[in-house]
Amino acid sequence: MQKIYFDHAATTAMHPKVVEAMVPYFTENFGNPSSIYEIARKNKQALDEARDKIAKLLGADPREIYFTSGGTESDNWAIKGIANAYKEKGNHIITSAIEHHAVLHTCEYLESKGYEVTYLPVNEHGQVDPQDVLKAIKDNTILISIMYANNEIGTIQPIEEIGRIAREKGIVFHTDAVQAVGHIPIDVKKANVDLLSLSGHKFHGPKGVGVLYIRKGIKIKPLLHGGAQERGRRGGTENVPGIVGLAKALEIAVENMEENTQKMTELRDYIIEGIKSRIDHVKLNGHPTDRLPNNINFTFDFIEGESLLLLLDMKGIYASSGSACTSGSLDPSHVLLAIGLPHERAHGSLRITLGDENTKEEADYLLEVLPPIVQRLRDMSPLYEIYKKEQNLN
Amino acid sequence: MMYSEKVMDHFMNPRNVGEIENPSGVGTVGNPKCGDIMKIYLDIEGDVIKDVKFKTFGCGAAVATSSMATELVKGKTIKEAMKITNKAVMEALDGLPPVKVHCSVLAEEALQAALWDYAQKNGIEIEGLNPPKEDHDHHHDISEDNE
Repeated sequence: MQKIYFDHAATTAMHPKVVEAMVPYFTENFGNPSSIYEIARKNKQALDEARDKIAKLLGADPREIYFTSGGTESDNWAIKGIANAYKEKGNHIITSAIEHHAVLHTCEYLESKGYEVTYLPVNEHGQVDPQDVLKAIKDNTILISIMYANNEIGTIQPIEEIGRIAREKGIVFHTDAVQAVGHIPIDVKKANVDLLSLSGHKFHGPKGVGVLYIRKGIKIKPLLHGGAQERGRRGGTENVPGIVGLAKALEIAVENMEENTQKMTELRDYIIEGIKSRIDHVKLNGHPTDRLPNNINFTFDFIEGESLLLLLDMKGIYASSGSACTSGSLDPSHVLLAIGLPHERAHGSLRITLGDENTKEEADYLLEVLPPIVQRLRDMSPLYEIYKKEQNLN
Repeated sequence: MMYSEKVMDHFMNPRNVGEIENPSGVGTVGNPKCGDIMKIYLDIEGDVIKDVKFKTFGCGAAVATSSMATELVKGKTIKEAMKITNKAVMEALDGLPPVKVHCSVLAEEALQAALWDYAQKNGIEIEGLNPPKEDHDHHHDISEDNE
């Protein structure tokens, strides 16, 4: 049986060239970049090169690139670090209802420490209205944190416009760009952002390494206290192989972005149209066009997402869902609830996220096996039974 | 999270899926909000559960516990069926992940709700049977959600 990986928003396989670039830094070039002897100097040089490369690819200055252990640390650092540094100025933070938990739970933590957080609503497509951001700003607002693109429904936010508002009002603006970097063109200057989080493993780089971009002049307190690494702002011996791998992965992603975007957008739209034309009572979640090229998110009425994933798994298709049962809690995805889906529809979602290695043949296989699986689950659903009886009565 | 082989078997090949026309008793429990709804139909002759069917909206564990609960009560007397607890359903499935234990509770409740319906219709009392923890909002939700 073929195995098809359709869960690239969860994580990706490392590009062979990325592995190749990393290997020497596990073995011969193992030195600590802070040491002064030759093998360590080589590592310091590799670190500098990686920083330069990443800065260039994001339109930043190398001194604005700070390495972290991944997206979660970057988000935690950005929010807690700004909250801490600007607490004399105020204690109000603006974010959205559909952020990743690395942002939402950090904000909730700060609420427990006396900060005030506004969670902006989103429209049916999952977009924040920049005017809502403007209206939410108060005298004590110190931070705005709005994600670049959503991990579940792929909706891209009007970041430039929100950034412009933040800049005009003199408020620090952070964006969690974990799903966007390496997938859509990003320039930190054009985007008007002050801080940006990214993670290596979302674009065929290694896990456990990420970046926080911090614009020059932005005050921030450290999250990890320790040595003088990262200009004294983030202690800890640098993950040199990971950093080298991240830089290489981003370079490859940006080089191939145009070609991959075209290919994945075509495949994405082919699958979206294929599902719509083959299955009744479905809804595409997320924005129809302001959407990541690799994201497909559907709700199938009357059925539950985990059951759907298990049956797809049996057919060798690996995907994801926003159902409660896949989140380990009783609540379905906060993102699907925020775009206005009722609970039972939020439980019945399927997320397919493409990678550049996915093919039309794989899409055709999905479109062949999905309709009978959905029908099978509907046939055992009491919700479908009620629906059919109501249809018969009318 | 890992399901046992038995859970996967009952999920992939659920026993007793369907409806019974003119059932002796029907019980529906759960609600769309938490993502599980179970409906159990009973066909009771004399004191014996002759046939049982179910429909479930829910995760793999919800389907498997419904399937196993119906298997356990089929052909049993009402008195025997009253002894089928969520624990018995779980044990018969070789266990459930901790976050899925509520599915087995739902299966027990669906069964008892169907028995309660049977008892109400026939004006009898079943020893140890309590009225289902029914909340009308749930039914309201279900019909509203299918407009």
